[in-house]
Amino acid sequence: MRFIPVTCEEQAEMLRVVGADTVDDLFVDVPAAARLGRPLALPDPLGEVELAAHLEDLASADSHAGSVVSLLGGGCYDHYVPAIVDAVISKPAFFTAYTPYQPEVSQGTLQAVYEYQSMICALTGMDVANASMYDGATAFAEAALMAARVMRRHRVVVSAAVHPEWRETLATYVGAGVLDIVMCPMRDGVTDAAALRGLVDDRTAAVLAASPTFYGALDDLETLAGIAHDAGALLVAGTNPILLGVLEPPAAYGADIVVGEGQPLGNPQSFGGPGLGIFACRQEHLRQMPGRVAGRTTDVDGRTGFVLTFSTREQHIRREKATSNICSNHALNALAAGVYLSAVGREGLAGIGRACVAKAHYLESRLVETGRFERVFSAPFAHEFTLRYTGDVAAMQARLLERGFFAGLDLGRFRAEDAGCVLFAVTEKRTRAQLDRFVAEVDAL
Amino acid sequence: MSAPTREPLTGTLIFERGAPESRCVESPALDVPDVSLSEVLSGRQRTEPPVLPHVTEVEIARHYERLASANFGVDSGFYPLGSCTMKYNPKIDEWACRLPGFAGLHPYQPPETVQGALEVMWELQELLAEIAGLPAVTLQPAAGAHGELTGLLAIRAYHTANGDPRARVLVPDSAHGTNPATVAMCGYEIVQVPSDERGGVDVAVLNTLLDTDVAAIMLTNPNTLGLFDENILEITAAVHAVGALAYCDGANLNAILGKSRPGDMGFDALHINLHKTFATPHGGGGPGSGPVAVSGALAPYLPGPLVARAADGAFSLVTPERSIGRVRSFVGNFGVLVRAYAYIRALGGSGLTEVAEQAVLSANYLKELLRDVWPLPYDRVCKHEFVLSGGRMRKQTGVRTLDVAKRLLDYGIHPPTIYFPLIVDEALMIEPTETESKETLDRFAGVLRTIAAEAAEDPGLLQGAPYSTPVRRLDEAAAVKRPDLAWVPPKGGPG
Repeated sequence: MRFIPVTCEEQAEMLRVVGADTVDDLFVDVPAAARLGRPLALPDPLGEVELAAHLEDLASADSHAGSVVSLLGGGCYDHYVPAIVDAVISKPAFFTAYTPYQPEVSQGTLQAVYEYQSMICALTGMDVANASMYDGATAFAEAALMAARVMRRHRVVVSAAVHPEWRETLATYVGAGVLDIVMCPMRDGVTDAAALRGLVDDRTAAVLAASPTFYGALDDLETLAGIAHDAGALLVAGTNPILLGVLEPPAAYGADIVVGEGQPLGNPQSFGGPGLGIFACRQEHLRQMPGRVAGRTTDVDGRTGFVLTFSTREQHIRREKATSNICSNHALNALAAGVYLSAVGREGLAGIGRACVAKAHYLESRLVETGRFERVFSAPFAHEFTLRYTGDVAAMQARLLERGFFAGLDLGRFRAEDAGCVLFAVTEKRTRAQLDRFVAEVDAL
Repeated sequence: MSAPTREPLTGTLIFERGAPESRCVESPALDVPDVSLSEVLSGRQRTEPPVLPHVTEVEIARHYERLASANFGVDSGFYPLGSCTMKYNPKIDEWACRLPGFAGLHPYQPPETVQGALEVMWELQELLAEIAGLPAVTLQPAAGAHGELTGLLAIRAYHTANGDPRARVLVPDSAHGTNPATVAMCGYEIVQVPSDERGGVDVAVLNTLLDTDVAAIMLTNPNTLGLFDENILEITAAVHAVGALAYCDGANLNAILGKSRPGDMGFDALHINLHKTFATPHGGGGPGSGPVAVSGALAPYLPGPLVARAADGAFSLVTPERSIGRVRSFVGNFGVLVRAYAYIRALGGSGLTEVAEQAVLSANYLKELLRDVWPLPYDRVCKHEFVLSGGRMRKQTGVRTLDVAKRLLDYGIHPPTIYFPLIVDEALMIEPTETESKETLDRFAGVLRTIAAEAAEDPGLLQGAPYSTPVRRLDEAAAVKRPDLAWVPPKGGPG
């Protein structure tokens, strides 16, 4: 396949205009030793028919949420995506546009970003949200860096109950020594508040936690905020936005920065990316926030319009003094989230949250009743929960995969102490029939 | 009788449409026993519902169709946005990433259930390694800037492991803003390197800045002037001579596909913007993907996981021994990787080489058509883009490059990148890409000539432009002075 509309005859004409005999004359500035001098050793081109067949072959080698009943979560979830979402994000005027640097011809993107920001503020209870980060993990890392700038302190205390990949991403981001990380142990699937009290002091920029935690448990954000604020530090709270129709927003507990993985809002799992990073904060900290922000204003004729604003925080203006190096974000995924939240609406989001919670609690009780799983934590949970399996986890998962289930996430792969523990996620897509069949298969193990 | 009017395309928010009883997607009926939220959530249930829209599906469809009509994408028309490689995005790539065997995968599925996806990733690692001339590739970074962070942290880890931590990173004055911002995030001190009169790195100055405290140089080649640095081999050799490493910002890789490889130029690390060179769409700002290719010396430091292939052909995820750690969750922007893989397989090696050749020919052609209208600060063969200066026009007519850009909108053309690179006065940075017809290039040149004539005759016309867009120039100062960054329901309204 080729996507070049210039004809051979036109190429010859263009060469004449530039005064070159061949195209190679246009590469005279490349030193001989830096020229490849041979064809790239890549496969031959494929026509569209052959390419489609090849890609279908590859994709059909995979089991997926449509062919196996998934109880996997841990940051990526099998929620229903309404058909209208893909219909909107497939409009070429959205997906083939660049960053809206020319607002007069980018009002579609800019208004959609403004609406997305508004919805994230509504969900989280925060004053301002940015136009998106790459994912929950990088939003979490950037929140730590932002807190350090706001507080002019260089230490953060991170809850061990936070998703290990978020913590690892943070560790990488600050690996150059720009920030010290202190780990706060967990207890009962949530942050050990008593231990936290002893770790936070006047050098602490922020306490970083999440609710639900990686283990599915609801953390006591109010207590954590109190401990942070008593030391003059900020609370960075991770959240799962799809639960914010039923869970009290992080702002209600005093969170100063809220981050989250936005994939559950209308984005396919897509092997873990692209989702989007949700990032929201208080108005007073706006100037230290990373990422793009859209604002509402008027044009010279007084018409309502939207622009990228507070750009003096960003790399293309401030270079090494920018709040972050982020440039490309996840705008199309944020658009999907905005369409999703419009499609489900406020009652729908609450209904989805309630369905997830009810189904998760149903499955949890039924699994415990089988006697093959036991409870590990007593903290409340929403739509994800951790149980300990009484036998060999790998063998159990392999057996249940044969029976058509992704039987949760083996937590032993993240932390040795969690060997034997399995994290289950239940979305509104799971039916009672599927859950009952799963329990029956567990019973039959 | 008043004149008929149309509702403006934009301005009315989705929150302001529909009615409290409007619904689009209903929640599924609850088929398990209901729970008391206050009980199971221990009192952490939401008391005030979030203020989200109330709309029917048809209202959503119309709302976003109107917004889309007020947008401009590559499918709308010519988009010569320099440094951004706004080439056509093939539609088969969109189809491919939506296949259930790709879009429906969970990142923690057992490896044996995702062999197709891992094969795509492994193949893409191999394809990009050959294109880059560097042996190891991570697909994890989510964007170009994220790739820069990854590459520079790997370089930092390499020096640290050698017991030779260094303090400074050199960045040319023509660099993208992400380069110095990345340097700062990595805890290095930044030293700016001036450009010489041919638009390349000033080698004489560079040599005075190089010492054993320099960790790396970050270079874009071809650079942001669209010029290939003729001294590149000398530069990377000098950098290596003091034990420093050379990082290549691959934003402009489109110009050299199959012609010259960063690895062969002496670069140790390179990020590749799949959303530029490999035709994945920009999505109104993202998602992108910024894989990083590195030399053998840096390979042990790459973030995990990478995809490995065993002797029996099975694919698995592995983490390099001295990895800097992951730079995000999961494996990368897989949906973007699928698109790029499809694009590379569609074109093959010969097609990619043709891409570079046509991109460079089209840029040089346009440059010839326009050089007498705007001065060309660096007059030599360009690569995929070139930079003109609007300084003379501003001096003679008072018309700024910004005004020229706004006037282009009235002609249905997206403006070039403006005011970048910073070293060119009133810069216009033009990148046609290979996917534009000669007819489009000729029309663009004609329009710019017309605009130049307009500037001479009636500067006010350009200074007031645009006139025909959904909105006209926006009050950016007011946006900062009176921040309105989120809609809040009117008091006493239906909310």
